[in-house]
Amino acid sequence: MQTVHHAPHDLGVAELAAALRQGQLSAVETAQHFLKRAQAQASLGAFLALDEEVTIAQARAADARLAAGTAGPLEGVPLAHKDIFVTRDFPTTAGSKMLKGYRSPFDATVVRKLRDAGMVTLGKLNCDEFAMGSSNENSAYHPARNPWDRTRVPGGSSGGSAVAVAARLAPAVTGTDTGGSIRQPASFCGITGIKPTYGRASRYGMVAFASSLDQAGPMARSAEDCALLLSSMCGPDPDRDSTSLDRREEDFTRSLNDSLEGLRIGVPSEFFGTGLADDVRAAVEACLKVYEGLGAKLVPISLPRTELSIPVYYIIAPAEASSNLSRFDGVKFGHRAGEYTDLVDMYRKTRAEGFGDEVKRRIMIGTYVLSHGYYDAYYLQAQKIRRMIADDFQQAFRDCDLIAGPVAPTVAWKLGGHGNDPLADYLADIFTLPASLAGLPGMSVPAGYGEGGMPVGLQLIGNYFSEARLLNAAHRLQQVTDFHSRKPEGL
Amino acid sequence: MSLTPDDIARIANLARLELQPDESERMLTQINGFFNIVEAMRAVDTSGVEPLAHPVAVIQDIALRLREDVVSEPNEREANQRSAPAVERGLFLVPKVIE
Repeated sequence: MQTVHHAPHDLGVAELAAALRQGQLSAVETAQHFLKRAQAQASLGAFLALDEEVTIAQARAADARLAAGTAGPLEGVPLAHKDIFVTRDFPTTAGSKMLKGYRSPFDATVVRKLRDAGMVTLGKLNCDEFAMGSSNENSAYHPARNPWDRTRVPGGSSGGSAVAVAARLAPAVTGTDTGGSIRQPASFCGITGIKPTYGRASRYGMVAFASSLDQAGPMARSAEDCALLLSSMCGPDPDRDSTSLDRREEDFTRSLNDSLEGLRIGVPSEFFGTGLADDVRAAVEACLKVYEGLGAKLVPISLPRTELSIPVYYIIAPAEASSNLSRFDGVKFGHRAGEYTDLVDMYRKTRAEGFGDEVKRRIMIGTYVLSHGYYDAYYLQAQKIRRMIADDFQQAFRDCDLIAGPVAPTVAWKLGGHGNDPLADYLADIFTLPASLAGLPGMSVPAGYGEGGMPVGLQLIGNYFSEARLLNAAHRLQQVTDFHSRKPEGL
Repeated sequence: MSLTPDDIARIANLARLELQPDESERMLTQINGFFNIVEAMRAVDTSGVEPLAHPVAVIQDIALRLREDVVSEPNEREANQRSAPAVERGLFLVPKVIE
């Protein structure tokens, strides 16, 4: 038997799965190791729930399957879920006071599928309330801190997810991406994350924010690890999610090592305008040079409605959110106000107490744009421009195989840096919103460092169902760069 | 176009949200700030463009799936009511609505 030379937290998903299969590590000792790290780094604010008993019981079962030869492909590898996925064995809050103490009677499909692959759940991860935010500061519980500089935000809304991977408290996590919530925190924390094509991963059991945009995806250190995880997350969910696509499961690792010779990478001019910070531009352009060295060709393209994606998204997402969040009325689950005069007063006070500022703002915007007399001017108009944005991508993909640019205009900002200005957060989403509106797969790949030594992410956007191609391009970059394997100091 | 305090009150009522006076005031400023950037969207000529609901419909027909209308779930009343604020004899309790 070989000995493991690295501490378990320095191993990726692929390496951990191999070490567990070969008996170099047990699932129980691996889980204990990560739980200890999570507890020691509690000040990062990554987790909202841990339950050692549940985790160790799952790990024991994994060890039994490993011994019996009935192990799944990722048997015994620890994983933590964004607290937007409902779980039977852990509480689910969606980062909101509204769901404090809530226990789901069922597991989300993505949670179940990753358990079926043999993964062991470490706990639930911090996020912006109902996944609404870009800094994790909208969590009703506590902020999460960026491990590269604890005075900065980790991004959002999957902020806790990104922190857990970057600080090596978990080798793999789930996230959800509605307008950039996987890609932007991955970028801010120097890790890899992918949002697949809308409809590839089931939304069943994901607390709904904007149903026509919400999509689950994995976050990990490397593209290879993301490919392994994504292979277990996707697939049709015909009885549970009416928007899930009839698209078979796929082995996303199969083409990781394909050559990039002749790959046409589209570079949208709108992603490199005056709004882009110099440090981010420099890191992204350096990565594009690396791609040229790998045989890819850079093709100038245009996504002319990039700026319009901000109002379009911030009409559609709040509209759908206001409808989805009407279920929180203090009757069947969640918070109920202590004092009220009648039923309507109970609704009004329950929702006033249970929701935070940003959620209330979006409910108000959404209610307004869907209200009588305004629907056509706002929601319908936004859905029409949404099609124009999606068509722009199809036009661009005639000239290129994938699209590359920055994930965000700047590196991670300071906690409190956007003050009480929600618009500042909205505007910073500019480069992730277009692919979200078009439902295209997109990812963030560590691309270097900017101001203050903070990570910069390269965004790769592919056409529908081209996840394997994206992961291939990211993997090839990671074979000749080491940004994804660097560790923040003190961890 | 600018929203007024009356609009905020009307929308909050539709959304069943009780807002404190200072909250309403802040909301008014922030939402009006947001609608300034929405103006650019309203100016776009979209005549003849079909709205897009399921994004993948851009490249293929998407029919929302319907399943057979048959009982497929076991009765899990107890588990489903475990997180309810007020339950009695298997029923959800709400304030009196009919005199």
